[in-house]
Amino acid sequence: MNQIAGPPALQQDIDWPGAIHGALKRAGVRQVSYVPDAGHSRLINLAHEDAAMEATVLTTEEEGIALAAGAWLGGDRSVLLMQSSGVGNCVNMLSLLNSCRFPFLTIVTMRGEWAEFNPWQIPMGRATPAALELMGVTVMRLDDAAEADEVITAAADLAFNGDQQIAVLISQRLIGRKKWVSE
Amino acid sequence: MAMQEGTMDRRDAVRDLLADRAELLVVSGLGSPSYDVFAAGDNAANFYLWGAMGGAAIMGLGLALARPCQPVAVITGDGEAMMGVGGLLTISVRKPSNLTVVVLDNGQFGETGMQRSHAGLGVDLAALARGAGFSEVVTLHDPDEVAAFRPRLQEVGGGPRFAVLRIAPGNQERALPARDGVYLKNRFREKLGIAVD
Repeated sequence: MNQIAGPPALQQDIDWPGAIHGALKRAGVRQVSYVPDAGHSRLINLAHEDAAMEATVLTTEEEGIALAAGAWLGGDRSVLLMQSSGVGNCVNMLSLLNSCRFPFLTIVTMRGEWAEFNPWQIPMGRATPAALELMGVTVMRLDDAAEADEVITAAADLAFNGDQQIAVLISQRLIGRKKWVSE
Repeated sequence: MAMQEGTMDRRDAVRDLLADRAELLVVSGLGSPSYDVFAAGDNAANFYLWGAMGGAAIMGLGLALARPCQPVAVITGDGEAMMGVGGLLTISVRKPSNLTVVVLDNGQFGETGMQRSHAGLGVDLAALARGAGFSEVVTLHDPDEVAAFRPRLQEVGGGPRFAVLRIAPGNQERALPARDGVYLKNRFREKLGIAVD
């Protein structure tokens, strides 16, 4: 019984990025900003292909915090897509959301927590939930691909109707192992 | 290489820039630019930053994308703009045609003891913006040039624009706008006709 359990086969079959995209649309999210990330690649493509969404590539994650504040000022709902390594870049800028009670939704793909191959990803991955919580962001988890729609819908409600700052962390186990060799 | 110092009075320059502002939406960078924008006349369509250093221009981008039919101006300092230099690249590739980024450049970190800034040490912000790909980049040296540029702030096409205002070093008396971010946010949205509930 020493086997390491891999992600359930079902997780791979569910189009969870598609489900997230659908949930964001139903929540009225119009602006999508992102720092490129393999786990988010399908969702990023869906945002770019969606004529009702404005997709913005960032040079660093904290830009997405300020962008979200500006979007809300103008009446737009937005989401920031990033990887756990980017959360540390956001810490001071999160003050902006807190000071002004700007609603905020970010979806974070986790690294450094499940079968991580790269030790450089581990410190920030391990600190990600606490770093967000230190700055007043409520942390939610998406561990099961089948719950993508439900979790993102609940997070969007909390953010945009409850005036909260919400981060949904997508488990590395759900995303699957990074493939280093093309097959 | 140090740049030649600017000569414009910052309060006068910002007041001239914001005269007849009509429907212009303004985000101001923390420190003196927020004081300058407030001193030019408080307005619900001003969002004064008191923090978020490096975020002013990119906040303007989010606003400009949300309100494509309205002109948006970010008025900030050279130090604040430099901290958010990556955001200038994000703006230039996103090309919001209704956004103008105005940088008040005195070559100093005015709020923290007049240390010389990167601009004061020779970094050419206008060249940087040009390299990033802003659609229009100007450097304004005197009140006549500011007055001539002012109508551009009203345009919702042709951007993003980038204007460097060469202002004189030194601080003015502080003119302090409201610091309550929730108040500033709600009155801004109310002004735009967005329900505050």
